[in-house]
Amino acid sequence: MFSNILIYFVIIPLLMLGGFFLCRNDKQVRAVAVTGSILLVALSVWLLVDYLALREAGEKAEMLFTGSWSWFTPLNINLAVGVDGVSVAMLILSSIIVFAGSFASWKVDDMRHFFMWLILLSTGVFGFFITVDLFTMFMFYEVALIPMYLLIGVWGTGRKEYSAMKLTLMLMGGSAFLMLSLIGIYYHSAPEGQPLTWNILEISQNACIAKEWQYFLFPMCFVGFGVLGAMFPFHTWSPDGHACAPTAVSMLHAGVLMKLGGYGCFRVAMYLMPEAANDLAWIFLILTGISVVYGAFSACVQTDLKYINAYSSVSHCGMVLFAILMINTTALTGAIMQMLSHGLMTALFFALIGMIYGRTHTRDIRLMGGLMKIMPFLGVGYVIAGMASLGLPGLSGFVAEMTIFVGSFEHADMFHRVFTVIACSSIVITAVYILRVVGKLLFGPVYDEHHLQLTDATWWERLSTITLIVSVAAIGCFPNFFESLIKFTFSPEIFRAIGLN
Amino acid sequence: MQPVIPIIILALPLAMFLVLGLFGNKMSHRLAGVLGTAGMGVTMVLAYITSFTYFFSGNSEFFDAETHTRLQAVIFNHDWLSFTDSLVIRLGFLLDPISALLLVVITTISFMVHLYSNGYMRDHHGVWEKGFQRFYAFLSLFSFSMLGLVVATNIFQMYIFWELVGASSYLLIGFYYTKPSAVSASKKAFIVTRFADLGFLLGILVLSFYTGTFNFTDFTSSEVAEGVYAVNAATAEGIKNIFATSAAPTFMGASVLTWALVLIFMGGMGKSAMMPLHIWLPDAMEGPTPVSALIHAATMVVAGVYLVARLFPLYLMETAALDIIVVVGALTALYAAMVACTQIDIKRVLAFSTISQIAFMMVSLGVARPEFHHGLGYMAGMFHLFTHAMFKALLFLCAGALIHAIGSNDYTAMHGLRKHMPITHITFLIGCLAIAGIIPFAGFFSKDEILTATLGHSTLWYVWMSAVAGLTAFYMFRLYYLIFWWKEHKVPEGHHAPHDQPWTMTLPLVILAVVSCVAGFVPMGNLVTWNGHEMFDNVNFFTNLAALDWSVAGISLAVAIAAIALATVMYKKENPMPEKFKNALPNLWRWCHHRFYWDELYMFITHKIIFGCISKPIAWFDRKMVDGTMDAFAAITHKASYAIRGLQSGNVQMYVWFYLIGALLLGAITAICLL
Repeated sequence: MFSNILIYFVIIPLLMLGGFFLCRNDKQVRAVAVTGSILLVALSVWLLVDYLALREAGEKAEMLFTGSWSWFTPLNINLAVGVDGVSVAMLILSSIIVFAGSFASWKVDDMRHFFMWLILLSTGVFGFFITVDLFTMFMFYEVALIPMYLLIGVWGTGRKEYSAMKLTLMLMGGSAFLMLSLIGIYYHSAPEGQPLTWNILEISQNACIAKEWQYFLFPMCFVGFGVLGAMFPFHTWSPDGHACAPTAVSMLHAGVLMKLGGYGCFRVAMYLMPEAANDLAWIFLILTGISVVYGAFSACVQTDLKYINAYSSVSHCGMVLFAILMINTTALTGAIMQMLSHGLMTALFFALIGMIYGRTHTRDIRLMGGLMKIMPFLGVGYVIAGMASLGLPGLSGFVAEMTIFVGSFEHADMFHRVFTVIACSSIVITAVYILRVVGKLLFGPVYDEHHLQLTDATWWERLSTITLIVSVAAIGCFPNFFESLIKFTFSPEIFRAIGLN
Repeated sequence: MQPVIPIIILALPLAMFLVLGLFGNKMSHRLAGVLGTAGMGVTMVLAYITSFTYFFSGNSEFFDAETHTRLQAVIFNHDWLSFTDSLVIRLGFLLDPISALLLVVITTISFMVHLYSNGYMRDHHGVWEKGFQRFYAFLSLFSFSMLGLVVATNIFQMYIFWELVGASSYLLIGFYYTKPSAVSASKKAFIVTRFADLGFLLGILVLSFYTGTFNFTDFTSSEVAEGVYAVNAATAEGIKNIFATSAAPTFMGASVLTWALVLIFMGGMGKSAMMPLHIWLPDAMEGPTPVSALIHAATMVVAGVYLVARLFPLYLMETAALDIIVVVGALTALYAAMVACTQIDIKRVLAFSTISQIAFMMVSLGVARPEFHHGLGYMAGMFHLFTHAMFKALLFLCAGALIHAIGSNDYTAMHGLRKHMPITHITFLIGCLAIAGIIPFAGFFSKDEILTATLGHSTLWYVWMSAVAGLTAFYMFRLYYLIFWWKEHKVPEGHHAPHDQPWTMTLPLVILAVVSCVAGFVPMGNLVTWNGHEMFDNVNFFTNLAALDWSVAGISLAVAIAAIALATVMYKKENPMPEKFKNALPNLWRWCHHRFYWDELYMFITHKIIFGCISKPIAWFDRKMVDGTMDAFAAITHKASYAIRGLQSGNVQMYVWFYLIGALLLGAITAICLL
């Protein structure tokens, strides 16, 4: 068991949790958090190198580093792990954001407990990405959701109890659908006479979920995950939740947790029930198409920095689900790229918003102005994040969005065309709200004279910001590397499963 | 050709951007300025070497000596992002007549602006402007992006750099970021061009979906040797056939190819400030004047023209698209020229003049047909692009010198400066003569070619464009007289009189003035034609002069002189004539002065319609309806629990009652079932 590299993605956070129990003061907490997150980054890089080396060597299996350990035999529940290019990409994303998040929360109240919950959350995230067993996956999913309640409810700001409750209840509502759907899948996972299984790979190979059942299970599964992916009309937890959450939690939530939704839709809903996905995609295309422009338009008139970003996330995550539903290699690649890109740049946004808020004690853009002059580092970071968000070439947003658009355009019928054009139009609206907030917040005369005394970023804030900026730029400048990492995932086997050539 | 020099041409400005952007704050101002200027100087020299090699070396990869045809050479082409096997974005370097021409234009103007800014970006006491290093970093970023745009080997590479020039333009317009007007101008520029880019993007998607390629050479040329292509109308015809035989050959009455080309042209309209997407350019004058000279006069704003020229063989296949270009161009040219006659801010006059001149280039491309003098219009458009870049940059840099000396943009604050600033006066006059089209200055030749080409296409547009040319001469000399003649203002006590500028600013003026005098003699017909064929057998210094069609040139010269004469009568000395004109046509004057209220219209659309009627209702709907539903669920649950919690009273008698009632009910049901 311990010879499998993947298992360490769960073990390291668990060891960190143990470490936090032993910590006496904030310094030790920081030491544990930093060591652990560096180890996680190192581990994910190692995994990437190993993975690519294996692929280079001609390894053709869908999932690598597979392993399975029995957990509850009567129901055939295993801790089954395995990764493909998509999961590797997601693991790298998660470890970078945990790393940046640790530095962004250098000074929080009751640091020990804060980090315990935060790391428990990331345990769930990492566990989710490495497993291929539906039940274990669901368990990790819940592990990632619950700490959110406490993190927002205790360490949050504003109407934190309300938001924490709303967020948790809505996501739990999604989980209920999801649970139903997963159990349904389990009971149709194998042909008559063979033992039932939770293993995604086996289920997809058996391919024996009847079409009628798919029509029933697919929408539940997609909605269940879609709630977390902020799909219209189940997105309203996102603005409130983000607005009240502390910095690192917003980062992790928007950066990684919302990706669980997209990843789940792809890995479970689309992958296991391809026929239904193909037939019912139009319903969700309409919903996600609405998400894309609706979120962008809503963001145009918000005045709270975090609300702007939360609505922008609705728009960008809508794009992820939108692309997944296009069901072709290019669009799927674009979806995964968009997850990476959105994860990094929203984390960057939320980190910077947290840092600005920590200084000005307001997030209302009407009460701020001219901050570029006062805190140039944060200002420049914000502009870069904004440019990434509105899709400037050289940063990650551009490659992701262009891949999605080109992929979506491969469908020649009017319905897909119309929605592709609608999705494309979001690039203009995005520019509107990004430039609006940048112009108001950073440029122009200084609004509040008290802000003149504020200081620029500290070294840990700089480290956190620079890490994310470098990652965003790396994807934007060398997209082919990431594309080829992801693309290999959509091997012929998957397309046979999805029913396309 | 070895790819080393082309790579350096692109890499050096990028490196300068990174160095100045990351470490600029640690450098002295002088070092940053010198570094930026030197970097651009080296780039310029390398670009010259590349272009001269291309045009004059006669290498077989650049020139087919048998047919006297210039070829397109792909120097390098590196995969950057592969969507599918055939749809691959590559970053490459395509050398052909127009990209070689643009290399010269961009690096020359960029170098002049770099040099000039060393003087411009400091005040009269030699104190450096705040953010000086940032300014040079952004200039380098812009130069990199613009160079990348013109050497693009495929349409997506062009789109990438297209966006990057947009972003650098945004950063430079908003250079004085504490000034609200600069911030809103930069925002406006970015958003308007972004909207146009949406069209460009959709056009690319349509075009690439049906053709399965992004490469320019696949659209317009055929391969003659490895990496060497010749423009070939048959290839474009093949593309047209692909569309004709595709599943959806028409959409809303027009062919899909026309749609694609019009959408792509929409991107060009945004960047090149064609009506109705022109509104950002006058506001972009909020940026420092050298930026206006470089980006908003000479290079970036002609990207749209360049885009059409790049895909010209395709446009030839769909003349409907070309007709649209002509109409848009002609309307814009007249509109901008009329508005330019009434503006007070000298930079705005120049901005509208730029819009009008770019429209000339557009018209020229639109009327170009291979049947007429081997596509004279194409050559004329590119020729005008070249000469216009020189004299318009000159005019802007002169304007910068004036603004630097006076401290205001309005001509009302200037008047009578010819004695105080003789060099600026002479160079500005040369610029005016060039743009007005007076022989032998640069603008005369290129404008004459355009008018000839237009006449070959349609008489109506010829008359129209000639009238606009006359207006051009009129408003430029109006400006000239208002700045340099009239009675000068008294210098207030304690201030010194305005004077000419340091050598870093003077030198670019003089160089550009000299170029504006002689650029018209460049035998462009042998360098830049739509299919690379040379127009003349032998060329010498007087080729252009000899090739003049005097029936056209004579008329345009007469029109220009008449217009200048009118301007002289009206504006040389302070007199009541302009006021009389204004009062005679009050409505026309008001509309022109307010730029036909386009800005107000856009304000209405964005604020009232997009924000007021779309965004606000959506945000309200989201909070009240969607979220309200969720909250209502919570509230109902809450209310329901509240309502039934009374049942859990803890009162034992009550529980016994419930027990009894329940038992009786069960018994009754059982009894009914059994019966």
